Amino acid sequence: MSALSERPAGAVVGTAVPHESAALHVTGQALYTDDLVGRTKGVLHAWPVQVLEVHARVTDLRTEAALAVPGVVRVLTAADVPGVNDAGVKHDEPLFPTEVMFHGHAVCWVLGETLEAARLGAVAVEVDTEPLPAVITLRDAIEAESFQGGKPTLLRGDVEEALAGSAHVVSGEIEFAGQEHFYLETHCALAQVDEAGQVFIQSSTQHPSETQEIVAHVLGLSSSEVTVQCLRMGGGFGGKEMQPHGLAAIAALGARLTGRPVRLRLNRAQDISMTGKRHGFHAQWRVGFDDDGRLTALDATLTSDGGWSLDLSEPVLARALCHVDNAYWIPAVRVNGRVARTNKTSQTAFRGFGGPQGMLVIEDVLGRCAPALGLTPHELRRRNFYVDGQETPYGQPVRQANRLARTWAQVLDTSSFDARTAEIDAFNAQSLHVKRALAITPVKFGISFNFTAFNQGGALVHVYKDGSVLITHGGTEMGQGLHTKMLQVAATALGVPLAKVRLAPTRTDKVPNTSATAASSGADLNGGAVKNACEQILARLAQVAAEQLHVPAADVRFVDGQVRGLAPDGPSVPWDDVVRLAYFSRVQLWAAGFYRTEGLHWDSAAMRGEPFKYFALGVAAAEVEVDGFTGAYRVRRVDVVHDVGDSLSPLVDLGQVEGGFVQGLGWLTLEDLRWDPTSGKVLTSSASTYKLPSFSEMPEDFRVSLLEAAHEEGAVYGSKAVGEPPLMLAFSVREALRQAAAAFGPAGHTVDLASPATPEAVYWAVEAARSAEGAHVVPGSVPPPASAGPPIRPESERVLGQI
Amino acid sequence: MPIPSITVNGATVPLEGTAPHTTALDWLRENGLVGAKEGCAEGECGACSVLVARPGTSTPTRWTALNACLLPVLALDGQEVVTAEGLGTPADLHPVQHEMAVRGGSQCGYCTPGFVCSMAAEFYRPDRAVAAPVEVVATTEDEDRSPEHGPNGFDLHALSGNLCRCTGYRPIRDAAYALGTPADGDPLATRQAEPAPAPARTAVPGFVRPATLAEALQVLAGQPDAVVVAGSTDHGVEVNLRGLRAPHVVAVDRLPELRGVSVADDVVEIGAAVTLSEVAQRLDGAVPLLDLLLPQFASVLIRNGATLGGNLGTGSPIGDTAPGLLALDASLVLVSAAGEREVPLADYFTGYRRSVRTAGELIRAVRIPQPQPGLVGFAKIAKRRFDDISSVAVAFGLDVEDGVVTRARIGLGGVAATPIRALATEEALVGRPWPDVAAAAEVLATEGTPLDDHRASAAYRRAMLRQALLKFAASEVPA
Repeated sequence: MSALSERPAGAVVGTAVPHESAALHVTGQALYTDDLVGRTKGVLHAWPVQVLEVHARVTDLRTEAALAVPGVVRVLTAADVPGVNDAGVKHDEPLFPTEVMFHGHAVCWVLGETLEAARLGAVAVEVDTEPLPAVITLRDAIEAESFQGGKPTLLRGDVEEALAGSAHVVSGEIEFAGQEHFYLETHCALAQVDEAGQVFIQSSTQHPSETQEIVAHVLGLSSSEVTVQCLRMGGGFGGKEMQPHGLAAIAALGARLTGRPVRLRLNRAQDISMTGKRHGFHAQWRVGFDDDGRLTALDATLTSDGGWSLDLSEPVLARALCHVDNAYWIPAVRVNGRVARTNKTSQTAFRGFGGPQGMLVIEDVLGRCAPALGLTPHELRRRNFYVDGQETPYGQPVRQANRLARTWAQVLDTSSFDARTAEIDAFNAQSLHVKRALAITPVKFGISFNFTAFNQGGALVHVYKDGSVLITHGGTEMGQGLHTKMLQVAATALGVPLAKVRLAPTRTDKVPNTSATAASSGADLNGGAVKNACEQILARLAQVAAEQLHVPAADVRFVDGQVRGLAPDGPSVPWDDVVRLAYFSRVQLWAAGFYRTEGLHWDSAAMRGEPFKYFALGVAAAEVEVDGFTGAYRVRRVDVVHDVGDSLSPLVDLGQVEGGFVQGLGWLTLEDLRWDPTSGKVLTSSASTYKLPSFSEMPEDFRVSLLEAAHEEGAVYGSKAVGEPPLMLAFSVREALRQAAAAFGPAGHTVDLASPATPEAVYWAVEAARSAEGAHVVPGSVPPPASAGPPIRPESERVLGQI
Repeated sequence: MPIPSITVNGATVPLEGTAPHTTALDWLRENGLVGAKEGCAEGECGACSVLVARPGTSTPTRWTALNACLLPVLALDGQEVVTAEGLGTPADLHPVQHEMAVRGGSQCGYCTPGFVCSMAAEFYRPDRAVAAPVEVVATTEDEDRSPEHGPNGFDLHALSGNLCRCTGYRPIRDAAYALGTPADGDPLATRQAEPAPAPARTAVPGFVRPATLAEALQVLAGQPDAVVVAGSTDHGVEVNLRGLRAPHVVAVDRLPELRGVSVADDVVEIGAAVTLSEVAQRLDGAVPLLDLLLPQFASVLIRNGATLGGNLGTGSPIGDTAPGLLALDASLVLVSAAGEREVPLADYFTGYRRSVRTAGELIRAVRIPQPQPGLVGFAKIAKRRFDDISSVAVAFGLDVEDGVVTRARIGLGGVAATPIRALATEEALVGRPWPDVAAAAEVLATEGTPLDDHRASAAYRRAMLRQALLKFAASEVPA
């Protein structure tokens, strides 16, 4: 057991405690960025001037009429930018664009004494444009060869040879939709300047350090002159990893120019029409199986819809390629990746970060091919699982393959899979208009940022003279319970009761150069850093206590607020006394902690290496019921066993698993993101048109448990990351819907199912099954398009190539 | 005229100088009560939910959860509001808050104050504990379990207008089903035994709440461009999302002349300003088709404010009450300063959001003739079962005698510029043996002019018209 993962007796980690802000949440006392406006004097409000054209050149921008609107204070335009006019780090996202790149692109911003004045001012701004040709749909982009950024290829073995030697070769394609984050709290920033013009921004951001960097470069300031704080977010899900930066920069620019606080909060329609979403993908594939249904080869081209600029599209694509195998051993692999450039919002991170899209491809392949291979889908999946000793296509050993088999077996057992399958078959045999199905699917998800440099974390731990503890770390709280876990880690590491530890909001002047709270890595990275800081302090306190207790410092133990030697019933000194004594002995009582994930390497051009510290695993079995008249369905029961290692905080982890599952269910079944193919407008830009799962979609019977005996050597206190992986457990629902639709037709017939599988999509699948038509999987070989030239290193990492 | 005022969490605050378009949500937040949040500004997410003391059916007052983002705050003149902050404090949590907190019911916490208010309204529902569990959406077989009702009588539909993006809802459901009954002396439970605040007469520039129908008609006669609001569930969306700033708003929701409900041998009459939640409670089963329809109409938060008059007055082709009322052969009582007239609903709509109602005219009531059809059904095709807008809505009202259809009324929503009757299908059904509907179902698939949009394709809409009749026939047998 590693020092990092070893958990002391009586640890506070592992206890089921409510979210650290629960009492504030339920009483309405918890503060979010926009709640600060009423506590701030003289705030100006910002409103965007959105141009409702899909692609156009701005030929003239006249702001005089806006300035004449009562209450309008200023209109911010490109001419006001003292630094770099760019909202990103790749210089392809002008903050004040001269070219409208998507329907609703904001070209300038109006500041008003009231939100109403700013809104009316924005209406009064006159923008002349000249239309430009647009590419809107992903298919049009592919046809026009409109691509951007790197084109990675994941390669192992000789695919052509493997296919030629395969008993079955099948090909097909699928295009599937993206997803709107729909965090309940829309983007918000509140910027203020101090006496020296330095900027303080409160922002709903998952990546305060990058918000700080972007604000600094827009304003022409150094990072030391910009401070970003995030109290908490009303949900992030990846949507606040890159997207908050430009908005914070607008607020900061306004504050610098007027000397007054500026608040920028997008309303829902603005948030959906202006900010990025999960990437939709197109995939074309060829796959080979042997006579036993074992995968022999996969040849595929994955094209993501990146929208108008790169944003995080390249790393999202890399993760998609690294997850196209999911839990399955595929000897020969060739997967080409491309990012399409379209006139849409710039698509970005969303829980799973491309992993779900890569996994959808292989799960769709297996779900569609099983009937043709004469196997049940669950047998086809099981037969292809990785076993110990095998590697992923990018060369990383799959070290816990047996744990996946164990999890699978446990779900088969706890869900009474065989017995219920028989019951369902009997039910379907006598039910004409309603059919049921039970499907089981696995998840294997790599943990760590693919980009190795991001795998570092920082923390600042203060012990005050009275023995109380204040921790700050580089991660942000968006509801995932990171702060709760960090409090538990600190209490465990210091051996003090949880109530002794307080946590202060995330700020860039407390912990610098932080990574985004993303990639499920928040607890791993920041937990490692918090633990490190605590251990530095303990090492010093141990010296002080050793003298008091007359034991060697190495034998001093800190347990539940008491400090003692190894003998459990020996003398002890209260924590508070040791701390006070240490102060009077002039011992430093605070420490900065740091953590870097060991053992990672990744070559993004070759798509090879060990990018992940470990894999998070899980299995779900879902039962659905489909109404053959309408395609409407219900999720009757879901059984999940998920691997979070030794849980740091079981109530929090359970919440992440359940919430991730339902969010994935939303993406795969309900959330129907639509763009008008002519105007490029987002047609589903409101809660009334973009439907999230509600109570009516939650599994009626929802049984989630955490895998036991699941210690993870490579992470803090033996835990595993939990944020993203459970989202992909929802493939079980999609596959169950496919099987239920198939049950309306003759046995052994393949069913195509669109994604999202809305009631309408399920209805068409049912109709196709009834007529035993509509399967678009082609037996034989239709090769996907060949890769154009050698792999190109991602734009976002080229700077490193020059070092 | 006294200055408008509102009582929030027990303190009475004047509403001086408030603009007519200012929502209750914005006003609360500007006055330091930031617990209620804006998640969507159109009454879909419930993050802004607050409790308002409204007249009850079984108790004089009922704590009613409403979307604060849709209501003009001036519409709350003289009324009592409780927010999440008023229910409890971190040191002294309300039972609802306690259950939500300890069970992991909050993650990011942004939707939580709204959930707490909606849950508290159901916690205080006077008949909650004694209500027998009922499955509202009928299932096809054997099931006795009802996942939407707790052992404590908690009806999960109370939370149908609240969205959470983090939890997956299971811990929130557990919190709801773990609630006991209000403690003796619970101040909010006690308050329900006292009368609700009487309607205040409000008249400030741009916003008027008349005291009587006569006064309302007089105001309308003088200001034909006035927007009439009751629950403001439609108008509030126009204000928030489309920047509508009406020169005059006239609130009619508390006019006694518009709030009657009567069930007589020859006709059922429902006042136009009775909220849809009240319609269901006060009819008490007298109109079975409405019992099928109303639970599928938007959410409880919306139904607590929305009215029949509003749903028909806006004239939306996807309003769900019109198809049902068409199938019931309902008519509208229109009233103006010149007097009353009765118009069959089938003749009321003239075009997209247009009707025969003239400026200065109000819908006073809806009349449903008795006896009602012997066989009724309602099919709502939508993506989401709770709180969605219909792609297609189909309502059936049939009489079957000796196995033959003798009379048919079918109302359709979502397939034309107005709600329509499926006249050709009705003709194809009458005189035919029941349930032999195959031919009529093909006719129904050709009614209207369905469009492709983000909710559904035209092909699916046409298919669903056909399928609605097939499903109705397969599931219904003559009484």
